[in-house]
Amino acid sequence: MGTITLSKVTKSFGEVQVIPPLDLTIDDGEFVVFVGPSGCGKSTLLRLIAGLEDVTSGTVKIDGVDATTLPPAKRGLAMVFQSYALYPHMSVRKNIAFPLKMAGMEPAEAEKRIAGAAKVLNLTDYLDRKPGQLSGGQRQRVAIGRAIVREPSAFLFDEPLSNLDAALRVNMRLEISELHQTLKTTMVYVTHDQVEAMTMADKIVVLHAGVIEQVGSPLELYNNPRNKFVAGFIGSPKMNFIEGEIATKHNAATIGIRPEHISLSTKSGDWEGVVGVSEHLGSDTFFHVKTKAAGLLNVRASGEVSARHGHKVFLTPDTSKIHRFDKAGNAL
Amino acid sequence: MATQHSRSAARLMMAPAVILLLGWMLVPLTMTLYFSFKKYLPLRGDSLANGLEWVGFENYVRFVSSSSFWPSIQTTLIIVGGVLFITVILGILLAILLDQPMWGQGVVRILVIAPFFVMPTVSALVWKNIFMDPVNGLLAHLWKFFGAEPVQWLSQASLPSIIMIVSWQWLPFATLILLTAIQSLDSEQLEAAEMDGAPVLKRFWFIVLPHLSRAITIVILIQTIFLLSIFAEIFVTTAGAFGTKTLTYLIFQRVLESQNVGLGSAGGVYAIILANIVAIFLMRIVGKNLDA
Ligand SMILES: Nc1ncnc2c1ncn2[C@@H]1O[C@H](COP(=O)(O)OP(=O)(O)OP(=O)(O)O)[C@@H](O)[C@H]1O
Ligand SMILES: [Mg+2]
Repeated sequence: MGTITLSKVTKSFGEVQVIPPLDLTIDDGEFVVFVGPSGCGKSTLLRLIAGLEDVTSGTVKIDGVDATTLPPAKRGLAMVFQSYALYPHMSVRKNIAFPLKMAGMEPAEAEKRIAGAAKVLNLTDYLDRKPGQLSGGQRQRVAIGRAIVREPSAFLFDEPLSNLDAALRVNMRLEISELHQTLKTTMVYVTHDQVEAMTMADKIVVLHAGVIEQVGSPLELYNNPRNKFVAGFIGSPKMNFIEGEIATKHNAATIGIRPEHISLSTKSGDWEGVVGVSEHLGSDTFFHVKTKAAGLLNVRASGEVSARHGHKVFLTPDTSKIHRFDKAGNAL
Repeated sequence: MATQHSRSAARLMMAPAVILLLGWMLVPLTMTLYFSFKKYLPLRGDSLANGLEWVGFENYVRFVSSSSFWPSIQTTLIIVGGVLFITVILGILLAILLDQPMWGQGVVRILVIAPFFVMPTVSALVWKNIFMDPVNGLLAHLWKFFGAEPVQWLSQASLPSIIMIVSWQWLPFATLILLTAIQSLDSEQLEAAEMDGAPVLKRFWFIVLPHLSRAITIVILIQTIFLLSIFAEIFVTTAGAFGTKTLTYLIFQRVLESQNVGLGSAGGVYAIILANIVAIFLMRIVGKNLDA
């Protein structure tokens, strides 16, 4: 079991309201990702769920039970911190055993669980080392190990991969996703990296200045962003926004079109432009094209395309994939 | 300092300081050793000019066989141990307290550090006359207020009194070092422990205390070095009476009160040996905290 319900939750630090009233339901077994720019209150929201911060008003329910005033230890949640927060003076084994020891579990049973966690996380050979003698990825796994031995009703992750290098991040991303497949436990995951959010989540919660902009599955957010902020935040590279005459023609203040929904041709098309920077990734090529009609546009072309810096090209948007926004930035 | 050249340059430039320090240490040490093998009673007409009589280990034997020797060692160890115990325990508690966010934190911190700036002689006099005086002292008034017989602090409870005075002086030092150590503890570790189900006391025991172990080691080592040689506090309070004669004080008495330089020097050598024994002992127990 691991449903988490926030209703009318707010949080203020002194005068400053960081989280305005907010409602959110996280279902049992879901992988929910909080995503948003730096400082938007993702960590704060996670810490409110964990009980490390008190809510200013509103209620937090875990498994249907009001947990608003419960101390963190009583909520049955486990958290993995950005800095890992391993206990430096304890061996890996003792680190993982710590929550079990605090719960007063019998050593034999505890030992069995530690061995199980170590096996799942490939830590068996490192159990007697101190955290200082481990690599970043191994430390990360110890932190996860410490969380899973308790068999919590939900896991909370606060940017667990941000200290790892790019390759390792992709690996750990897969490992965490796999862990979720095996354990089928609710996971709440905070990140500012929308790629992590898109690849891992069952449900993404996009936050902006403490406000939930949209909740939905990755594809829902990609296909039907509710406003300009979500449209610009989800998807990589960013959606192109075009204002002015072209937008008016579509009866909108602004229209958005993703780089992958613009086709590029050297012969003919709707908008004429000049290629600026081009980024060749092998499988794809991204062009920055300066157009007279629509301004600077980011375009994605599959495979190798022969256009180079300074070449004249023509762009044609896929009109069925155009997103229209009103003056306030809401989708029409 | 990576290259051969820079290393030798560094050595050259450090040489004056090293030579000065070495001289500073070696000259008194050699003189002490020299005098300790001589009969040197200035009042009986012995002087360096006339040449001193070589007496071998006689001074050493006499110093140890004196009835005050073992009690003085015991007193020294009790005072050092007592002060260490009090300053470390109270230091930890105070450091935790000062680490809490509270109103007027800056002022309180300065107040806590203040005793460290008071000279030992002065603080001992203040304690002796203002607090511990059996007739006019504040403590005497307090006792009388509760209808109790005032304690003759410095004669009836001489050792505890001195331990109290010295602890008061050294508490700021311990608190300061431990406070900086506590402040360097990653708060996420405490939060992780909280999530792991550790209540306050267990968090202290399993997370805070191990984190402080290095700082505690430093406090113990540094304080021991200074506490072995406390003198002023005893001189102005009990003058070595009522069982407060430490090894340092005994040496002082032998040299200046009995005017026996040879005997005092032998005592000095014993003090060096004692300091080294304590140091080795401490290094063994707590020194391993310093590596890692
Ligand atoms: N203890 C605090 N006291 C005052 N303000 C705080 C405190 N903690 C966070 N804030 C403020 O709350 C806002 C949200 O902070 P939060 O840490 O939740 O951001 P975040 O979304 O996790 O950002 P990041 O991606 O950089 O970690 C920030 O503007 C921050 O300045
Ligand atoms: Mg954060």
